[in-house]
Amino acid sequence: MEIFRPAKDGGVSAWISAGEATLLRTLVLPVMDLMAGDREDQPQRGVIEDQSQRGVIDELEALFNEGPAPQTPTDPVLARLLPDAYRDDPEAAGEFRKYTESSLREAKKYFAQTLLDTLPEDGGRVKLTGDQARDWMRALNDVRLAFGVRLEVTEEFEAQLSALDPEDPRVAAFEVYGWLGAVQESLVRALDR
Amino acid sequence: MSVAPAEVDQPRIEDISVPDKPWLTIVWNDPVNLMSYVTYVFEHVFGYPRPKAEKLMLDVHHKGKAVVASGAREAMERNVEVLHGYGLWATIRQDT
Repeated sequence: MEIFRPAKDGGVSAWISAGEATLLRTLVLPVMDLMAGDREDQPQRGVIEDQSQRGVIDELEALFNEGPAPQTPTDPVLARLLPDAYRDDPEAAGEFRKYTESSLREAKKYFAQTLLDTLPEDGGRVKLTGDQARDWMRALNDVRLAFGVRLEVTEEFEAQLSALDPEDPRVAAFEVYGWLGAVQESLVRALDR
Repeated sequence: MSVAPAEVDQPRIEDISVPDKPWLTIVWNDPVNLMSYVTYVFEHVFGYPRPKAEKLMLDVHHKGKAVVASGAREAMERNVEVLHGYGLWATIRQDT
């Protein structure tokens, strides 16, 4: 992949191979699914049959429901992508989550969708406006956060990778994680110029 | 025109309070977020000049956390929402 460079019109552009395009799609889709998933630890509301009404009803319930506030997700990846806004005040954290979690999930899905929509299916030139580039940065970051949690990445990522046995199945994941970081870094630098 | 009321209610003691301490937006260190990215987010979200954004990023990196904004609670909550959108690990608390 030719890294991102500033474009004349203020946006950025890069050249991406078919394999890299497939890889990016494969990595972004699970994050979208995770963001679209039902909120954990919420009581099931079996009375609502029509799933298309679910979003509206959830929002109304978020506004009017005096029941328990949503809990911090138990899945560590979800907990990192949708973190508590109050560190030592579970009640305030729950209140904040009740009013903001669904819009944060929507935002993250939107960033991922921008990436998918602007990614040429069989590779080629990726051209992004500044706004699209910021969506890409956030979508790539969410994928990296998910990898980071699963791989228990530390700031000494390079040392972690070189300490792994070459046969270790995590080597490929660490390499993909490193590549995503390089793509994101090039995007930030191209946009910053 | 209006007429002053004959009697003025005296404020009750419990209505008098010291002004609230400001609320703080705090960003915590994280092994995943790139230093260049965090600097960019501080510049873009808060409109901070590069040197200030870089200093805050380095504070987060070296000290484990940094206060990146302070003010009204609602404004800090909006900050945190935006920062969570960028994947930064941000929290709110009232200044002590």
